Amino acid sequence: MLEFKNVSYKVVDEKTGKERYILKNLNINFPENKVTVITGHNGSGKSTMIKLIMGILLPTEGEILLDGQALNSLSISERANLGISIALQQPVRFKGLTVRDLLNLASKSHNKIPDACEFLAKVGLCAKDYMDRELDDSLSGGELKRIELAISLAKSGKVMLFDEPEAGIDLWSFDSLVDVFDNLKNKTVVIVSHQRKVLESADFVLLLNGANDVKLGKKKEILPLLEKPSCRKLGGLVNG
Amino acid sequence: MDKLDKELLSQIADFHTIPQGSFNIRKNGESLDRKSTKDIEIISKKDKSGIDIIVKEGVKNKSVHIPVIITVGNLNDLVYNDFYIGKDAEVLIVAGCGIHNPSNQKSQHDGIHSFHLAENSKVKYIEKHLGIGTGSGEKILNPTTVVEMKKGSQFEMETIQLGGVSKSNRKTDAVLEDDAKLVIKEKILTTDKQIAKTVFNVVLKGKNSSVEVISRSVAKGKSKQQFISNIKGQNECFGHVECDGILMDKAVIESTPKIVAKDLNATLVHEAAIGKIAGDQMIKLQTLGLSEEEAQNEIIKGFLR
Ligand SMILES: Nc1ncnc2c1ncn2[C@@H]1O[C@H](COP(=O)(O)OP(=O)(O)OP(=O)(O)O)[C@@H](O)[C@H]1O
Ligand SMILES: [Mg+2]
Repeated sequence: MLEFKNVSYKVVDEKTGKERYILKNLNINFPENKVTVITGHNGSGKSTMIKLIMGILLPTEGEILLDGQALNSLSISERANLGISIALQQPVRFKGLTVRDLLNLASKSHNKIPDACEFLAKVGLCAKDYMDRELDDSLSGGELKRIELAISLAKSGKVMLFDEPEAGIDLWSFDSLVDVFDNLKNKTVVIVSHQRKVLESADFVLLLNGANDVKLGKKKEILPLLEKPSCRKLGGLVNG
Repeated sequence: MDKLDKELLSQIADFHTIPQGSFNIRKNGESLDRKSTKDIEIISKKDKSGIDIIVKEGVKNKSVHIPVIITVGNLNDLVYNDFYIGKDAEVLIVAGCGIHNPSNQKSQHDGIHSFHLAENSKVKYIEKHLGIGTGSGEKILNPTTVVEMKKGSQFEMETIQLGGVSKSNRKTDAVLEDDAKLVIKEKILTTDKQIAKTVFNVVLKGKNSSVEVISRSVAKGKSKQQFISNIKGQNECFGHVECDGILMDKAVIESTPKIVAKDLNATLVHEAAIGKIAGDQMIKLQTLGLSEEEAQNEIIKGFLR
């Protein structure tokens, strides 16, 4: 199980020198082997939350645990090898490395035969056209985002994190994208999203409404809260 | 040919067996083996050290390999090779030099290669440079490439130096006539206290002539690299220079772009970026389970591929 124990993340404002809590004293148990969608307004700390899980950021206070093991002292690669994977909100571009290289690196880490074509097909890309493309500026934003997803599917793991996977993906491909998440069984899946369809496909929804204001519950319980006018500051829901 | 010769040849010229087509192998300043064919003739120069390589008009899909290997210290090898490429001919030329210096004295190879491309001829030229050997003797390589390009000719050059060369001074001069097209891809890796200097002088003389230079380099340790390019556009022409450098440890990279346009319709662009490996690239590969060192190696391997 993935848990947050009194987790805080604070930053120091460079200009004023004042401290600001992005996340404050959070206690969360992410439901095991279920899909949890994190939602909340821009800047509420959703990406921060999943970067903390991956180890890209470290909590300034508190501890994150996976199956009882404290993660704070583990590096990003150690966490990856424990079975945590991430698809970033802003995928990284590389000069010289190809889609094939990244898919191979991703699947080698657990010695699976890289069936790279399958991963590209899942995100709606034709392997033949993309396999040997460089991950550089020549890829469009949506293409890069899909490739990021394919890479994280290739990496896989017992905890899979996705940061706004639908961003930049065209409407036509939306349903098959939701299918991708539906098919991730027996994994703890955490998706950051603003999209109604993604939220509706969730088992649980985590609503981030302030540094120490977190509501986690079954989709049925949380979704109605999002419809209330008082929640408009959450940015409301996006249909798609 | 002994085991070391074969090892060097396979690394610099992908020489696993005796190649098809014409070839000349030079070892420690002397010709070791040679084959001329009716399409591509190789003749020793009479007045100085070196060879003339004559590619007949209209020859297609042929290749010539002219690797140089040095396996001793205290040698200063200067060689002049001239390539005459006939009209409409299309050839692959593989050159390169591998030095294995076991001694504590320096070994040096200066290869001056001049290419004379007739109208509409097409050349792909690959040149690899390598230094190995545990002795403290320096391994110095100074390749000079001169390219004269007649109307409609094309020259694509790949120049690769992946480690082990103590000092190199690489000069490339080209003059392009109408519709000529030059593409240069350079890849350089330096480590320790190595020094690598590259100078490109390209004159776009003819109408619709074009040059593209893509230089990618990685400097590690206390190595130093210098990149100088000077592109002159004297007609309606196109020039693009892209110089990307990854800097590590205490290395230094210096890039000096110069573009001179003398015609209103000349389009010349120079892009240069030098910096350490991007942090987000390191993080991405670490999230796939690679250690910091593995991530670094993969990024560099891809970058210099
Ligand atoms: N180093 C920092 N210094 C100051 N503020 C920071 C720093 N890093 C992040 N923040 C702030 O933390 C907040 C949370 O950022 P985060 O990226 O987690 O938001 P998010 O919920 O993912 O937003 P979005 O929906 O736009 O992706 C933002 O207000 C951001 O400006
Ligand atoms: Mg975000």
